[in-house]
Amino acid sequence: MKVLIPSPLLSYTRVSEVDAAGPTLAALLVDLDRQFPGIRFRVIDEQERMRPHMRFFVNGEQVFDLGRALASGDEVTLVQALSGG
Amino acid sequence: MGKSRKKPGERPYVGVLVATRKGAFIVHGDAKRKRWQLDGPHFLGHIIHHLVLDPRDGRTLLAAAKTGHLGPTVFRSTNLGRTWTEAKKPPAFTKAKKGEPGRSVDHTFWLTPCHASEPGAWYAGTSPQGLFRSDDCGDTWRPLPSVNDDAQFRQWMGSVQDGTPDGPKLHSILVDPRDPKHLYFGMSGGGVHESTDGGKHWRPLIAGMEVVGGFDPANIAFHDPHCLRMCATNPDRLYQQNHCGIYRIDRPEGTWHRIGKRMPKAVGDVGFTMVVHPRDADTAWVLPMDGQTVWPRTSPGGRPAVFVTKNAGKSWQRLDAGMPRSQAWWTVKRQAMSADRHDPVGLYFGTTSGELWMSRDEGQGWECIARHLPEIYAVEAAELR
Repeated sequence: MKVLIPSPLLSYTRVSEVDAAGPTLAALLVDLDRQFPGIRFRVIDEQERMRPHMRFFVNGEQVFDLGRALASGDEVTLVQALSGG
Repeated sequence: MGKSRKKPGERPYVGVLVATRKGAFIVHGDAKRKRWQLDGPHFLGHIIHHLVLDPRDGRTLLAAAKTGHLGPTVFRSTNLGRTWTEAKKPPAFTKAKKGEPGRSVDHTFWLTPCHASEPGAWYAGTSPQGLFRSDDCGDTWRPLPSVNDDAQFRQWMGSVQDGTPDGPKLHSILVDPRDPKHLYFGMSGGGVHESTDGGKHWRPLIAGMEVVGGFDPANIAFHDPHCLRMCATNPDRLYQQNHCGIYRIDRPEGTWHRIGKRMPKAVGDVGFTMVVHPRDADTAWVLPMDGQTVWPRTSPGGRPAVFVTKNAGKSWQRLDAGMPRSQAWWTVKRQAMSADRHDPVGLYFGTTSGELWMSRDEGQGWECIARHLPEIYAVEAAELR
């Protein structure tokens, strides 16, 4: 499925739209990390929590649960939240 | 800035490694330390807490990085910053058991090369407080459970709310040059700790250290060492700039002595950073900050100065020639002052207002060698090759 990548992560993917697969958001992030080593830890911490200034959307809806089921055709968007200057 | 950068392979020269809130810079000096060339920014926009050279090869740099949005990582360069590689496994706490609260590393704050007999090995200190080790040149890092997962240490560390404004930190990881297993570190807050078995076991080293009035100095959680330094020529001597004064200890003695009481009363002995002479254990420098009332943490009276002791703290002299005489409200953080190994020693410090200052005569005269940089977090003088 299509994954939209925010600018802070382009050093990993080089492009703003990539393909990744997985039955859940967690699995999709594992697949992203397989393709782009290191990217997952920058957005998910060691306790499996979303990092404070990263947001995850599936088909335009914000998701807070890494166990959120995904289906082929879903569009996943990683977004940098507002943070200080 | 002069065009004086040495090419790799020429004899060692001083480079000043500057870590800032918006990236890293390497300031290359000439043989006389009179002309400087600024290289950078590296990682523009990244928060770089520490940039450190591996003295065992003179070429490898490690940078502790994060950004406003992304989690922490470590970058490594083996060619003085021309190219960088990200760590495969940056410092991260052990995943907590289900139902238990787990900690996550907000940023790696401190980097220390291990002993000369352990090439490629490094220690890292993090915020919140954690101690990590890499044995593969910074590529993968493992937590030291004797600190990170120890219930007593966790109590001394307190919560995130107990720490400094940017988060509580483990810092000042010191390795005894005579013994790779003899280690010290400091925690803000959480005291000073020593290990003689390579980090398997630790014991507090806080006797003599004061805490904020009204609190019990026997409670290790209340201790806030800002910066620890070990004397290269006498590793039994440590100096410390603490939230509550300047201290010295001579091991195996177990008590710190508040040598900052000999500082001028109008200046006080509060500060963040401290530097020791590379060849004279009686000589050390501090850069005092205002610790009165609401703790401005700026140069007292708006008149910045370095103070030196040449007798292990019995007396102090003000060194401010070349610095602004008034209305200079500098803050210099705990990692932001360093000394080179030349004779006379060169001293370097960076301000949170983005100025890099140096003295090539042990503090007798000062000049600004870079300005308009981002907020400076750390300064390390290094022998580059």
